[in-house]
Amino acid sequence: MFKTTTLAYTYDGSFEGLLCCVFESYEWKETPLAIHSDGDGQGLLLESKWIETDSVKAGRVLRSIPLKISPEAEELVRLGFWSNVADKEMLLLNFLYLGFTHGRKVMNMLADDTVSALNKAVQQLRREGHHYLGFVRFSVYGPVMAAVIEPRGYILPVIEDHFCDRFQNESFMIYDKTHGMALLHQPGRQAIIPLQEWIPPEPDEAEAAYRRLWQGFYNAIGIKERKNDRLRASLMPKRYWKQLPEMNGNAPALPALPARQGQTASRVKSGQQRKLQ
Amino acid sequence: MMEKLEILTASAKYDVACTSSGASRSGQPGGLGNAVSMGICHSFAADGRCISLLKILMTNGCIYDCAYCVNRKSNPTRRAAFTPEEIANLTMQFYRRNYIEGLFLSSGIMRSPDYTTEQLIAALELLRNVYNFRGYIHVKAIPGADDVLLSRLGLLADRMSVNIELPSQESLNRLAPDKSKQSILKPMGLIKSKITENSSDLVKYKHAPRFAPAGQSTQMIVGATPDTDYQILNLTEGLYKKYGLKRIFYSAYTPVVEDSLLPALDTKPPLLREHRLYQADWLLRFYGFEAKELLDEAAPNFNPLLDPKCSWAINHREQFPVEINRAPYETLLRVPGIGVRSAQRILKARKAGSLDFYALKKLGVVLKRAQFFITCKGKPLEGLKVGEHTLLRSLMSGQELAQFQQPEVEQLSFFDDSYMAALPEAGRAATFRKGG
Repeated sequence: MFKTTTLAYTYDGSFEGLLCCVFESYEWKETPLAIHSDGDGQGLLLESKWIETDSVKAGRVLRSIPLKISPEAEELVRLGFWSNVADKEMLLLNFLYLGFTHGRKVMNMLADDTVSALNKAVQQLRREGHHYLGFVRFSVYGPVMAAVIEPRGYILPVIEDHFCDRFQNESFMIYDKTHGMALLHQPGRQAIIPLQEWIPPEPDEAEAAYRRLWQGFYNAIGIKERKNDRLRASLMPKRYWKQLPEMNGNAPALPALPARQGQTASRVKSGQQRKLQ
Repeated sequence: MMEKLEILTASAKYDVACTSSGASRSGQPGGLGNAVSMGICHSFAADGRCISLLKILMTNGCIYDCAYCVNRKSNPTRRAAFTPEEIANLTMQFYRRNYIEGLFLSSGIMRSPDYTTEQLIAALELLRNVYNFRGYIHVKAIPGADDVLLSRLGLLADRMSVNIELPSQESLNRLAPDKSKQSILKPMGLIKSKITENSSDLVKYKHAPRFAPAGQSTQMIVGATPDTDYQILNLTEGLYKKYGLKRIFYSAYTPVVEDSLLPALDTKPPLLREHRLYQADWLLRFYGFEAKELLDEAAPNFNPLLDPKCSWAINHREQFPVEINRAPYETLLRVPGIGVRSAQRILKARKAGSLDFYALKKLGVVLKRAQFFITCKGKPLEGLKVGEHTLLRSLMSGQELAQFQQPEVEQLSFFDDSYMAALPEAGRAATFRKGG
């Protein structure tokens, strides 16, 4: 039987690391009260146990998921890990407990608190990913194109195939400022790599002209008799606006805020970027 | 260029179709773009409508004089025209920057329907054959154009549409004397048969070029003429069945030109009515309803206070309550507050164990409305009180009303008769449920 201990696990924040937490929990038949990654502020009240990342242990846990639960469960766990829901580690641990107990059936247990919370988190990630299929805005700089996004969840792998298929002939980059990662594509090759900081260059005359034309189009397409700011904000939340040329006037470039830069830099030091892969 | 774009966008903005769904095509080396069947919204305009396509007219010059149309011959407005090259270039540049999912191209009638269609073909051929554009293209079929030309156009586009605009021959006669029901239905029939023919070709020859793979759509103007919701919905149903349309769009009439035959210029567009028609359209396409179940001669317009499904449920209380743990999918779909996704989730979750009200809430069922129409394990929601006012208030979509809030005077007066008739009806329903 599992006992709940006053322990918290601390791990390096990587997906493999989390799988090792699951391994540890099963090995010692203990349920921690919390799981922290070393990057975030840890609970002070609990005694903390450091879980070393070990790819052999992680591999064993990962392989058992499609085997003992289902292949869909593996996808759910991966996506759940990329979501930005609070306490996602405990949520995933609890989901795996349930899965290893009930097997395939867990995927149907939609009314269970854990399953429902995980499904919601994944839905949210997928929705944000879908939003970004539309809300990514490239700027063309000579032979390359680049876009900046600031998603809540880690959606680069969710949108990767779409953009690489769509722009097969192009060299482009989508820079995720929140997570300090970038999707790079050249004809025939693609990769997601850590990128601590990137400031978009000033647009050239042609680029600026197309932005203006797009703004002109955007302003002309709305029907003033139907103006509905609330509806627009619910369909296109304001947190996306900063990176949309049609929503921020004639801003020539997309200036990075100094505070943000500082944050990004400190994240690099803690090595958090690499953990996402 | 900017001025042209603004003029030709402004003249196209009353065309409501802006979906990019229904076609699926992967990218290819040497080409730009792909098409995604679920559709992708790239932005939202100040009126809250989705922008997924560069929606423009080739020209807003027109030889016709339809009373409701901003581009009518006799309307003194600024005129402009794009060349096929300009259209192709603008589409490519916007597409690369991921501003859009593709192109929506319509046009006023220049010289003749045939000439206009040839120009549209020229633009699309540039995009498809010279620029290797593989994104989405929606093009208007011009009524009266030659069949051969329309067939060529359809092979270049993902979706084709012919606008019905006015839901009856009588209204057409009055407001669009240059168009006839026949001139609209003929290309619609042609497109339908081309799509059918093409799908059997595809079985025979794997690489047969695809004709309008995302199907055809149309749009109707609502509120410019006295046509009722019942007439509109019947027409809708007929079009889905007979012409295999993928989508029908409804456009609340916004007065753009002064005309003695039309509502006054200061009339607000009937947005709530448009909304109700979209809801009903949804019920036809995804919920297994028929037009005659939702409206009839006696009550030919939708109730502004209740959505069409709630109205239907209140008038068919003999079919309720529905037992959540046993009811088949089709029955679940008829419960107010249960949509396609909730119904699918219920089916899935039922496999893992029986459901109670708390579970339903977690599945995303809108209990506020559903609670009056369901039982879980044979029991209604504990403590549920059904008074005349609670039922109505719970079913009324206050948020919707607020969202689409227009000056009530105009909105309600439009519905005057049905509005008055529906309330006592709903009241009776509430009393009945309380007693039963």
